[in-house]
Parts: sequence; structure tokens; C-alpha cells
Amino acid sequence: MQSALPAGSLPRRTPKRVLPGFNITLGFTLFYLSVIVLIPLSALFFKTFTLTWAQFASAVSSPRVVASYQLTFGASFLAALVNAVFGLLLAWVLVRYQFPGKKLVDALVDLPFALPTAVAGISLTALLASNGWVGSLLEPYGISLAFNRNGVVIALIFIGLPFVVRTVQPVLEDAEKELEEAAACLGASRWQTFRHVIFPTIAPALLTGFAMAFARAIGEYGSVIFIAGNMPMVSEITPLIIIGKLEQYDYAGATAVAVVMLGFSFVMLLVINALQAWQRKRAGASS
Amino acid sequence: MSSPSHTVRRARAGTTEPAWVKWTLIGVALAFVFLFLLLPLAAVFTEALRKGVPAFLEAFQEPDAWSAIRLTLITAAIAVPLNLVFGVAAAWAIAKYEFRGKAFLTTLVDLPFSVSPVVAGLIYVLMFGAHGWFGPWLQAHDVKIIFAVPGIVLATIFVTFPFIARELIPLMQAQGTEEEQAAQVLGASGWQTFWHVTLPNIKWGLIYGVILCNARAMGEFGAVSVVSGHIRGQTNTMPLHVEILYNEYQSVAAFAVASLLALLALVTLVIKSFVEWQFDRLEKAAAALPPEPVPQSVPV
Repeated sequence: MQSALPAGSLPRRTPKRVLPGFNITLGFTLFYLSVIVLIPLSALFFKTFTLTWAQFASAVSSPRVVASYQLTFGASFLAALVNAVFGLLLAWVLVRYQFPGKKLVDALVDLPFALPTAVAGISLTALLASNGWVGSLLEPYGISLAFNRNGVVIALIFIGLPFVVRTVQPVLEDAEKELEEAAACLGASRWQTFRHVIFPTIAPALLTGFAMAFARAIGEYGSVIFIAGNMPMVSEITPLIIIGKLEQYDYAGATAVAVVMLGFSFVMLLVINALQAWQRKRAGASS
Repeated sequence: MSSPSHTVRRARAGTTEPAWVKWTLIGVALAFVFLFLLLPLAAVFTEALRKGVPAFLEAFQEPDAWSAIRLTLITAAIAVPLNLVFGVAAAWAIAKYEFRGKAFLTTLVDLPFSVSPVVAGLIYVLMFGAHGWFGPWLQAHDVKIIFAVPGIVLATIFVTFPFIARELIPLMQAQGTEEEQAAQVLGASGWQTFWHVTLPNIKWGLIYGVILCNARAMGEFGAVSVVSGHIRGQTNTMPLHVEILYNEYQSVAAFAVASLLALLALVTLVIKSFVEWQFDRLEKAAAALPPEPVPQSVPV
């Protein structure tokens, strides 16, 4: 009877969880996640609840703040669009062609991930200012790329550059050449093959990369503030509005704008998750 | 013998572009890389050396520069190991077991990536600042978190939170639990299983996550800027020191310190490329072993 008891309880313990450490690793994960991320983030919402609705509305919809939304969203969208086009081109060139220096270019694509944003900011500013390498070339034509909205877009292109390349690249590598051969055999031109065979395969990855670059650009601060000129109503990004309010000890106002940004972050996180699920489904269906 | 190779060449012609298209695309791509990546990188070093090596070295004579370097190293030395332990624990729980809410937990782990660095700094001000939740209590007990080193470390941990976990989760999921189960059956303890079976398998993914985490920890600007208070010689990290010098029109000194950070980025890229090369090698070796090679996706 004594030995029958543990034997009887054995089948219940065996399924799945034979490896030890589930409780401690999950427990630690939840603890650390709560302390570092969830509780501090909830502080943001509790602080917002101390505002009346009118206070909140006026903080997030004053003309200066609205102008910053327009700049932040507009510039981020433009930058992500440029990154989608050139990211796709770079991914294509890196996967499909051989050329000298290819390995170097491939490694260099990740530079914006590795280079601190403040360094990128001052470096781009030095290049594009009227006495810089690029700025001095453009000045005679009346083109100014620093200390205005153009500068914001350029900084955001820099920091979002790797996203599209790194999401499209693996999908292009896995794409089946047989489909392209079949299209060519059926008389499709190379452009038709690209539009109707290759592009649909990489579209989910391209959109994912676009969404990631866009989301990253919305929150970006370090690289932009050096090059933007930061003129209120003209070239002031939303994260800088938060900093400005904090410096005036307007914690409630800063929190209100931050909640708007955080809400947008949540939406983008859901969008990116949905896009990745779509991409996995695509990949699963084609293989 | 000649006819199959002939058909192969014909088939390839239908799936490649004309040479002029190919070289135009390569040219445009390289021009983009030159303008947006190479030029900014080169500008850091040329601006730093514009007035010669002595002026460059002068930037490091300043005690404030050294205290900024020290603080950056201390911050990374605390943030990276903590996120490393978390990353391994989270990946173990998520990859090795099935439980309800797993997908949601994975999304939460990624959450800090989508939060603006400025918002990341702000939430700690709301928690620990003078007017924050714990502000009065901290003041009464003479503990400083905001405008002090602990706040900088906390903000850095937040922004680098997902780096190691998100490298390890897909890698450990792909590897499954068979090897660990075998070790368990052979009588290994949980710790022995992890140390001798799991760790060697995830070694490269771990290094990959750690170097990316470290690069971001040392280079973080926005979040740290909110909580630091910019006290020279005390709460300035290297990126904040660069900002102060730049705003004081000490361009050469700013770029000199920035060039150290750019070097860190280059070293990060070199190690990253090396690790990717190791991944490739292991994958090819694994693909060569079984009779039918099933290439697995690169865990990037």
C-alpha cells in the first residue's frame, strides 16, 4: 500500500513538466517584469487619474502639442516609407547579388542599432549643417537639411534603417526559386514575376519592418533633438514636449502627453504582433 | 553531359535581371549605405580629429569625462547581468513549458521596446521623484534614486529589458526539450542539466543578446536624460557628457567622447558578425549530418 501511493500519483506528474525549474523561472520572470516594467508603467496611468478630464484634454490638445503630433507622426511615416523602399532594395541586393564589399555592407546595416542615438544626432548635424560635408554642397541650391523638419526626417531614416532590411532579408532567402522559374517558363517578364510572385511573398515582412521602423521613429528622442532645431510649433517632436513639461515641473501635463504616446505604443505593438502572425501563416502556407 | 548544364543556364536566365538592372540596383543601394551609414560614421572620427591628436586627447584630460566613462561602465555592469539572468529565466519558462497566457507574457517581455525612451524615464520619475509615489518616503530616509545613479541604472534596465530574452526564446523553442529530458533521465540535477546541456546549446545566442544589450545600455540617451539631472561629474553618462559638451560648443571634445562610443558600436558589429558566422557554421554542420537536410531559420 505504501509503494502504491507514489506510483499512483506518477502519471499526473509526467505530462509535459518533467524538467525542473518551472515555478522558479516563471516566478522570477513575473517578479522582475512587474518591478521593472508593469508597476512603473501603471504609475503613469494612476497619475493620469489625478487629472480631471478637462485638464487632461487641454494638456494633450494644446496647439503646440498638436503641432508636435503632426510633426512626429508625419516625419516618422515619411522616414518609414523611405526605409521601406531602400530597405527592400538593400535586402534584395544583399540576398540576390554578389559584389565586392557585400559582407561589410551587411554588417554595417546594423550600425543604427549599435551606435548611440546621441552620437548619430551630433554626427548627422555636423554633416548637414551649412558648414558640413553635405550641407555645404547643398547650400548653394537653397536646400537646408539641418535645424528644420527635413533634419527630423533624416535622423529618423537613420535610426529606422535596419528594421526593414532585417525583416525582409530572411524571407527573401527562404523564398522558393522554383516559383520564379515557373513564372518565367509561363512567359512572365522579370518585372511581372517580381510584382505577382516575389512581392506577395515578402509583403507581410515588408509591412512588419515598416511598422517597426514607424513605431521606433515615433518614440525617438536622442538623434532628433540635435538636428531638429526644436522650434515650438515647427520642429518640436512630442518626446521633447514631455521633457519640456518635466523641466517646468508640470508632471501632470507631461504624464498626459506620455499616456497618449504610450497608448499609441500599445496599438503599434498589437499591429506588429498581428503582422508577424500573418507572416508566419504565409510562411507556413508556402512551405 | 552538356545538355543538362545548358538547360540550367537557360532556367537561370529567366530568374535573374539584366546586368544593367543588377548593377544599377547595387549602385543605388551602395550610394544609400554610403550616405546614411558610412558618412555619419566617418564624420564622428574626422570631427574628433579636426584639430589634431593633442586636441582630441585633451577631451580625456577632464575629470568629468572620466567620471562619465566610469558611470557608463558601472551602469552597464549592473544592467546587463540583471537582464541576462532575467533573459535566461524567461526563456527557460517560456520555451520549455506550455502554460496559459504564454503568448501574452512574450508580448509583455517585448513591451519596453515599443515604449519611447522619454516615457521610460518619466515612469521612474513618477515612482521615485520628489512628487512621486515613493518620493516622500525616500526623502525621509535620505535615499536618492531620481537625479542619482540608481535612477540611471533603473532606466537603463528598462530600455534594455527584452534584448537577451528575445534572442533566447526562439532559440530555445527551436531546440526543444529532448536533450534536457535525456539528461534528467540519466540522473542529472536541474542545475547540472542547465549548466552542461542547455548552456552550451544557447551559448552563441546568449553572447549575441549580451553584446546588443551592452551596446544599448552604454549608449542610452533619452531615458537616462530624464532621470539623470545632468549633474556634471556625478550623474553624467558618456552620451549625456557628449550632449553637454556639444551644447557648450566644445565640438572637438564632444566628438572625441562620441568617437569612443562609435568605437564601441564598431566592436559590437564585429562581434555580432562573428557570432552570426558561428550560427551559420553550426547550421551547415547540422544540415550536413542527417540524410535529408532541413535548414532551420537563423535565430536572429
